[in-house]
Amino acid sequence: MHELSIALGIVKIAEAETAKANAKSVEKIELLIGSLSGVELGSLKYVWSTATKNTVLENAQLDIEYLVAKAKCLECETVFKMNYNYDNCPKCKSYFKEILKGKELKVIALEVIG
Amino acid sequence: MCGVCGCGNENGRATISKPQNKQEVSNHDHSHSHSHSHSHGHDHHHDHDHGHHHHKTVIDLERDILHENKLGAAKNRGYFEAKNIFAINLVSSPGSGKTTLLEKTLTVLKDEYPFYVIEGDQQTLNDANRIDAIGVPVVQVNTGKGCHLESDMIFDAVKELKPVDDSFLMIENVGNLVCPSLFDLGENKRVVIISITEGEDKPIKYPDMFHSSDVCIINKIDLAPYLNVDIEKLKDYARQVNHHLTFFELSATSGEGMEAWYNWLKTALKE
Repeated sequence: MHELSIALGIVKIAEAETAKANAKSVEKIELLIGSLSGVELGSLKYVWSTATKNTVLENAQLDIEYLVAKAKCLECETVFKMNYNYDNCPKCKSYFKEILKGKELKVIALEVIG
Repeated sequence: MCGVCGCGNENGRATISKPQNKQEVSNHDHSHSHSHSHSHGHDHHHDHDHGHHHHKTVIDLERDILHENKLGAAKNRGYFEAKNIFAINLVSSPGSGKTTLLEKTLTVLKDEYPFYVIEGDQQTLNDANRIDAIGVPVVQVNTGKGCHLESDMIFDAVKELKPVDDSFLMIENVGNLVCPSLFDLGENKRVVIISITEGEDKPIKYPDMFHSSDVCIINKIDLAPYLNVDIEKLKDYARQVNHHLTFFELSATSGEGMEAWYNWLKTALKE
């Protein structure tokens, strides 16, 4: 389970940016997490309070934009949603695909205060 | 503790050593996310604390959480390109045969081309010593409780190795089929090794590693007569996860199939 470590990585980014802005804490943080990023949303939310305790994120509102992965079939050009790396085209069943989006794991924005 | 995958050793450091020599060459400070301190805002504005007036700022970031490692990887990649070094990141479960494959490859090719090796393990100099016995320059990175190599460890190790131009850099990652997949080291190609004793469906059970690799070496084919394994099925599973994979079926111990692997390496360096 990487989610605790992912959360700690987010804390690190937030601490650095908050310090740079000469602010005291984060009011709101926006994350973008793709379904193929390897991060389980439920697990991340579960570990969030532990990871952010005594950090600038302790009282921050957590906004997560969850991106369902999309791929384009290289055989029939159908664009389809993906949940797993090994999903195939629902139309022609081919495994030849190009992943268009879904691997994102980003801090989009922070609202800092103080 | 590493702030991305939760690993870390007692001192929060990976160490880099030369073979036979228990003395550490350098301590790599791997201290991610140790400080949970409050922000060090300069408290000039005391009136903000007393009043109800709060200063809100929105910071647009779009920051990749693995940003730091990617920066390090780009730095490594630039260095390798400048010196025409072909760098390979060898990944697999523990025991798939990475070190034996390296030993065999180096023994056959080292007189034709310059090779340099970075060994990654939690503890011991065992793998580095094996490479050293063949007469190839090598450094050992010990990650302690760490479970994967990162790009800045590679940078520090390469500084110790001082490779010449037009050479091969073989990076043997920590045996782990999960975490190393997240960490770009700056390599030219990532080679995942799976031995046929591990089960045909390994690629879909550990899709991230196979998805992020360029080459898949299927090792220990000399054991095929003793197993109920369908190698074609294994390849099919791997292709489901990554249809770009180049496959090699070989046995590092018996030598079967190794010629195709050597030829691939030689061609890769020329390009």
